[in-house]
Amino acid sequence: MRALTVELHQLVRSRRTWVTILLIDLLPTIVAVLLAVTDIGPRPGTGPAFLSAVLTDGTLFPLAALAIVLPLFLPIAVAVQAGDAIAGEAQQGTLRYLLVRPVGRTRLLVAKLVSVMAFVLLTLAVVAVTAYVVGVLLLGTSDAGQTTTVSGTSLTQGQMIGRTFLALAFALLCMLGVASIALFLSTVVDSPLGAALGTMAVLVASTLLLTLDAADVVSDYLPTRYWLAFIDLFRDPIHWRDVIRGTLLQAGYVVVFLGAGWANFMTRDVTQ
Amino acid sequence: MIRTHGLTKRYGAITAVDQLDLDVREGDVYGFLGANGSGKTTTVRMLLGLVLATSGTAEVLGRAMPRAGREVLPQVGALVESPAAYPRLSGRANLRVHDALAGGRRRGRAGRVDDVLDRVGLGGVDQRPVRAYSLGMRQRLGLAHALLSQPRLLVLDEPTNGLDPQGIREIRDLLTELNAAGTTVFLSSHLLAEVEQMATRVGVLDRGRLVLQESLEVLKRPTGRTYVRTPDVAAARALLDGQVEAYDEASLLVRVRDVAALNAQLVGAGVRISELAPEKHTLEDVVLAASSAAGDRFDRDVPRVGS
Repeated sequence: MRALTVELHQLVRSRRTWVTILLIDLLPTIVAVLLAVTDIGPRPGTGPAFLSAVLTDGTLFPLAALAIVLPLFLPIAVAVQAGDAIAGEAQQGTLRYLLVRPVGRTRLLVAKLVSVMAFVLLTLAVVAVTAYVVGVLLLGTSDAGQTTTVSGTSLTQGQMIGRTFLALAFALLCMLGVASIALFLSTVVDSPLGAALGTMAVLVASTLLLTLDAADVVSDYLPTRYWLAFIDLFRDPIHWRDVIRGTLLQAGYVVVFLGAGWANFMTRDVTQ
Repeated sequence: MIRTHGLTKRYGAITAVDQLDLDVREGDVYGFLGANGSGKTTTVRMLLGLVLATSGTAEVLGRAMPRAGREVLPQVGALVESPAAYPRLSGRANLRVHDALAGGRRRGRAGRVDDVLDRVGLGGVDQRPVRAYSLGMRQRLGLAHALLSQPRLLVLDEPTNGLDPQGIREIRDLLTELNAAGTTVFLSSHLLAEVEQMATRVGVLDRGRLVLQESLEVLKRPTGRTYVRTPDVAAARALLDGQVEAYDEASLLVRVRDVAALNAQLVGAGVRISELAPEKHTLEDVVLAASSAAGDRFDRDVPRVGS
């Protein structure tokens, strides 16, 4: 698919991509440095997940880094990238030239979505690798081949790797949900900023409502509700309930918003 | 090449294009004229499948648009309203992106890109990003984009926008050359002079309606009057009593069948003639006669008495 090749090419060649990834990567690195220097972990039950655990085992730090970037940094970057997808081309005037080249509208949408997800994957990979290196160097490793779960029992290295991939897949799905909302808005409004801000507004509203007892009736359907459920993958035994609910909920958001975005883009007049 | 039947586009209560029946034939340079806001750009966008018609049909290269866009558009080069490119990339890089999107092989890409850059006079351009281009350079790059796929049909919306007189001349020569080599050109413009110099057929759009569609030759046909320039206006008027339809201190407009006989008659009577020519319709007269007021003019409604 030509459009996809071109999109991916532009993604990896764009300076913005790498600057964004660098900035996202910076936060967990700062956290690791602070932890190593002060040796003060959050009290049990507070602060980002895994942070108490990483003080004794640096190899867990990639998961802590994931828990640090997933609630805010990564979704903002995804909202900006996906919000820019169609509205950015429209604002620049390049959308009409893509469409008359011709690049089919469905193909363009798919290429943009895959490119955003490639960006997420790239970011997660960079964050995970940096966090692993930083974690091992600054925080050290525990006894060889053994990792402690959130529940306090031990995991073998094989189990650990399997669960880490599951956690990454879950994070990817959550970001696909964000990307779907942003992509939908990107086909509706003419300004990339509007699409990105609209998506962030949805996420902020969702986060806020989750803290409100009065919003209990809707809380199970809010997009950010199960984002951190990947932590449950590191309990012993795995606590599947929220992971499964989160997967279904995100799948629902993806289907609804991608469907709406596609339908809107297919029938829309391109007048920019 | 382009044929529309009852093509209509409504935006809410506003009818932008109304029952348009275009007929552009192979080999034409079709001048699509109309005031600002008369619906030219909307029409162009409908032909290219960017804007979806409210009703009516459009055929481009014999296939229904926008349904057959995948087969039709690779053979069409387009400049829609204004050129646009990725501002951070150079002109060359932009063309390479479009060559890749059009399915051109990597092999030979540099050659194809250089070729179109040469054609539009940007062959020697450096690596500066497009955001540092002047308006004229952007326009030329836009034309290069349109020419990239060696199209059978060029659809150009105001292609000489932002160019200086030499640039306009160059682009006109380029289009004439392409047309001679078999490319049909659909040229949308509000510049009468531009269309008059290039077009073989003309369509005039007025407030969304096609008010005129004719070959330029027919439009510029003789009016049946003869223009006579002479220092002896009074003598000529006396001689041609009843046939003079207009005059001023140095010339007359005379309605006669036989111009040669008129010449002999005037010279025979000792009237000195410095110029004698059949009067022709000008495109401007024809277009203005067919169109209503300027499209961007909004006069205040005159309040009616008693209402």
